[in-house]
Amino acid sequence: MTTVHVRDLVKEYATRRGLRRSTLRAVDRVSFDLEPGRTVALVGESGSGKSTIAKLLMRLERPTSGSIDVVKEDGGAAQAREHRRHVQMVFQDPFASLNPFHSIEHHIARPLRIHRRTSGREETRERVLELLERVRLTPAADVVGRRPHELSGGQRQRVAIARALAPGAQVLVADEPVSMLDVSIRLGVLNLLARLQREDRLAVLYITHDLATARHFSDEILVLYRGRIVERGPADEVILNPQHEYTQLLAEAAPDPERSQSGRTVRFEGRPAIDNSRCFNHTTGEWETAGTAEAVGA
Amino acid sequence: MSTPSTEGGGAATGRAPSLTVADLRVVYEAERPVEAVRDVGFTLYRGEILGLAGESGCGKTTLAYAINRLHRPPARIAGGSITFHDRDGGDVDVLALDDEELRAFRWAKLSMVFQGAMNALNPVMTVRAQLRDTLLAHRPRMSRAEVRRRSEEVLERVGVDPGRIGAYPHELSGGMRQRVMIAMAMLLEPQIMIMDEPTTALDVVVQREILREIVRLRDELDFAVVFITHDLALLLEISDRIAVMLEGEIVELEDARTIYREPRHPYTRKLLTSFPSLSGDRGAFIRTGIEEGVEA
Repeated sequence: MTTVHVRDLVKEYATRRGLRRSTLRAVDRVSFDLEPGRTVALVGESGSGKSTIAKLLMRLERPTSGSIDVVKEDGGAAQAREHRRHVQMVFQDPFASLNPFHSIEHHIARPLRIHRRTSGREETRERVLELLERVRLTPAADVVGRRPHELSGGQRQRVAIARALAPGAQVLVADEPVSMLDVSIRLGVLNLLARLQREDRLAVLYITHDLATARHFSDEILVLYRGRIVERGPADEVILNPQHEYTQLLAEAAPDPERSQSGRTVRFEGRPAIDNSRCFNHTTGEWETAGTAEAVGA
Repeated sequence: MSTPSTEGGGAATGRAPSLTVADLRVVYEAERPVEAVRDVGFTLYRGEILGLAGESGCGKTTLAYAINRLHRPPARIAGGSITFHDRDGGDVDVLALDDEELRAFRWAKLSMVFQGAMNALNPVMTVRAQLRDTLLAHRPRMSRAEVRRRSEEVLERVGVDPGRIGAYPHELSGGMRQRVMIAMAMLLEPQIMIMDEPTTALDVVVQREILREIVRLRDELDFAVVFITHDLALLLEISDRIAVMLEGEIVELEDARTIYREPRHPYTRKLLTSFPSLSGDRGAFIRTGIEEGVEA
């Protein structure tokens, strides 16, 4: 099984304002591991660097410094091609990530052919049907010929998941996989991901801004704020006993009927200056330095 | 299916009604006509936040458009009545208004924050010009100074720095655009505001700020709000009463506490278990072991 080690990952973008140039550090010394059978949730608001980390993992961007090592089961490092095959992504918007021009079959057959998982039309077809069955798009023979617009949002996201599995994914990066879906079908898709993870021992990085699903869907939570991890630890610990003020702010901002219906009021005071130079690690129970020592100016 | 009581919940007792919708039916005249809203009835009281929950395609937005008479063919109001109870006295039959009366009624009495409000602003006009347009359309005699004063005042109310009034929409963040849209809806001090998914697509912290703003404004200005979203967790927190809509019908209408504690309709129960709780136990959320159901 494949493991991913991320160490001191930094990504800077050059920005220009008129003639002034400066660099924006979108990701600042982030480290974590993705292991088979485990889910790590990356939580934070828009602009916190979540998606940049996803892009770096997918090799869609090159890190400014730091390393991403994909280690195969035999202990050897995966080469670029293997990296691309083993690490697959499910995107946020199933309405945009599937090509309206092509059939469902095409979407899943293509990665199978590109990564040479199957040979010949017969075998490819068989594998496509098998993958559709696995994501519970049944009857598969009926679904293959359809185009994306004939499917609901939840069904499309299932196609996107089948497509990610097709090349033989070992590591799944799911970037807000259910935020565009109706609340009532979100759980179905998340539970599907959980089942596939159990069956294939997938390592999953679940990127979200929804603390509630992060808590229930993952083993470990990393809270990202302005490019830095400010709190990390076992899921229940981070959510039920948040230490960093940013995590506390997120927890208070999230709707929670249990809290509101029991009459407890939300002590939400908006966003004061939040320090992102330190990180609470629930595993060690200690504060650590986050990012490059000095705080990034607010 | 039994007809739910339209006066469910005690939260609104003692308040004067602001809007009464009775037996409203909206039909999309396609080859096979679709009844998108079926015999919907409810009363909205002054100063109340009424939540309208349901999944995509249940008719929430169609209902909101029909109340405003913003629906376009092939949608058609096939029956029922919409009555607006003006604070200044007198009832208005919304369905009977002619074009000119309707123009005066919309926005001044009842305004709407549209779904995807972030993108509902005109990209080539400044915020100032858009606010001015709205004011002058309804109050042509307003002086320049008054227009300016009122525009700055509403921006301040929703927490946007009036200094940004000269900005174009793309120069504002998503949360700020959303606030500008809410400011726009409040501009003429309407008695009712309909908000269609006003905070979807915003992240939780910004969403929380905007919700607080809505509740505060409601408390200060005493208007009534119809808040539409598929996010029941959110509605439970801000609404006085909640109407649950399924396939064009309101299947349950009760105060928020009752909906949460004693849901009667199976669909309401299903909605309630469909989001995992932040601090409570797991509910229907099963990550290990048990097989997930297949969605319809």
